[in-house]
Amino acid sequence: MHPAFSVIFLTTLIGAGQGLFLALVTAEAFSHMGALALQEHNFYSNGSLLSLGLLIAGLVASFFHLGHPERAWRSAAMWRTSWLSREVIALPAFMSVVFIYGLLHYLEWNPKIFGTAALPETDLTLMVGIIGIVLCFTLFICTGMIYACLKFLQEWHTPLTPINYTLLGMSSGFTLATAFATQYSLEMTGLFGTWAIILTLAALLTRTASLLRNKRIKHRSSLRTAIGVRHNNIQQKSQGSMGGSFNTREYFHGMSAAFLKSVKWIFLLLAFPLPLLLLGMGLSNDVTVLLVLAFIVQYVGLIAERWFFFAQANHPQNLYYQTI
Amino acid sequence: MTQLALVIDLNVCVGCHACVTSCKQWNTSGAAGSLMDDNPYDKDPTGTFFNRVQTYEVGEFPNTETVHFPKSCLHCEDPPCVPVCPTGASYKRKEDGIVLVDYDKCIGCNYCSWACPYGAREIDEKQKVMKKCTLCVDRIYDESLPETERKPACVLACPTSARLFGDVHDPESEVSRAICESGGYPLMPEWGTQPANHYLPRRKTTIKLHEDELTRADNPLKKDGRLPRTDPDAPFLEDSVSW
Repeated sequence: MHPAFSVIFLTTLIGAGQGLFLALVTAEAFSHMGALALQEHNFYSNGSLLSLGLLIAGLVASFFHLGHPERAWRSAAMWRTSWLSREVIALPAFMSVVFIYGLLHYLEWNPKIFGTAALPETDLTLMVGIIGIVLCFTLFICTGMIYACLKFLQEWHTPLTPINYTLLGMSSGFTLATAFATQYSLEMTGLFGTWAIILTLAALLTRTASLLRNKRIKHRSSLRTAIGVRHNNIQQKSQGSMGGSFNTREYFHGMSAAFLKSVKWIFLLLAFPLPLLLLGMGLSNDVTVLLVLAFIVQYVGLIAERWFFFAQANHPQNLYYQTI
Repeated sequence: MTQLALVIDLNVCVGCHACVTSCKQWNTSGAAGSLMDDNPYDKDPTGTFFNRVQTYEVGEFPNTETVHFPKSCLHCEDPPCVPVCPTGASYKRKEDGIVLVDYDKCIGCNYCSWACPYGAREIDEKQKVMKKCTLCVDRIYDESLPETERKPACVLACPTSARLFGDVHDPESEVSRAICESGGYPLMPEWGTQPANHYLPRRKTTIKLHEDELTRADNPLKKDGRLPRTDPDAPFLEDSVSW
């Protein structure tokens, strides 16, 4: 498939924004359970603002891959069948909850709610945060399923696809949260940093698993099933047109095989071991710059990872377009 | 339930591209607006076509055969492009099974073209919506055309009658009989899309010759010649019955 940078930026930016929000709510939950000191409200409101900024940037980037962005509001219509429709509903819903969460903290309006035998007393912001967590995971799954539901794009059709989206988004978000928390509290930095390392390692495992799986895929379609001629020796002689067409542009990454391979190693290096190293060094020596660098390096690595994810998929329609 | 579709006979297709050009012309001049046609006479021409003809060589030289392969939207019975469309612009008509795109709703996100394993859907880069073969829905129901012309443009244009149009759910129709009698098959059946368009395979017509059919069994003179005439004045059997 031809990787579209608008979609690459969309998924990586919202992934980081979602992960950051998860980190904030985790921190608030831990504070309520007494494991950590409660932070000031502007820790959460500024964090939500940063998260919202990333989500909005991702949403803006996504409009560039539409032919008619002014009709984008229609894309919520087929939520019963289309994962893209469901994502289009989940993303604004999640963004609203992030906004409300940030606003409640900014206004420092945090009344206690519930307080019954069935539902223990809790803060409104924590409740909003939990709703946000549910929507966050819904959004991760919807985004991943957009690609995973296409059953003949065998490289994508695996539960590992939404799992990778989730874990990679969470790890980049927690890395960002680590860098963010250095402005506020050492304790939070340590919490977020530990989780960032754990999530990055988990993401490395699952992404490697999907790479290994994709290496061993046996493609079910061949030129024999594509044109229905049962012969072992079929060669395409002509595509029927001498110029390019949508079919030769949209489904192929346009680069050499060597380039594809190099991008794989680049993302494996930049998204996993390098950020782990930088996180480790930054946390142990308490150097903010290293933590910020960890996020930047990991983000660039994730852009390469997303590019590779799109480029690796082999669409069966390419069987019909082998020679000019 | 009607399911209109095309049957393409690979046995007689000569790869002349008449279907390609007639389809392009009809869909450029019709009510649906033009199809993109960029740099038609320059280097690097490109454009949106609903129907394309590819050519394949089967076998190893010198035992090869050239197969010309026209392909347009197969109007699947379980179309993968319909459930993935976020706006509902991609839909399958209940009355005749044609899969269409509503150009007023389409946002041009390309998701349906990713979902089609046959690569039948293309974006029109000028109009920025997804387009595909409409099975000439604007021709087949057009009352102002004579009855015999209410067929897709490609079917009328084909000089070898390689393209047949009809209802594949009607066992008496021309297309159903062609599929049944000539071994018509769908493309990429492993994906379960159940395409309505079928293809008729290459067939060779042969007869079985037996050795003893090549020589006459009763040939007493062992030669092919006229039997000897009897004396012309002598009576022969035919005299009694001829007049």
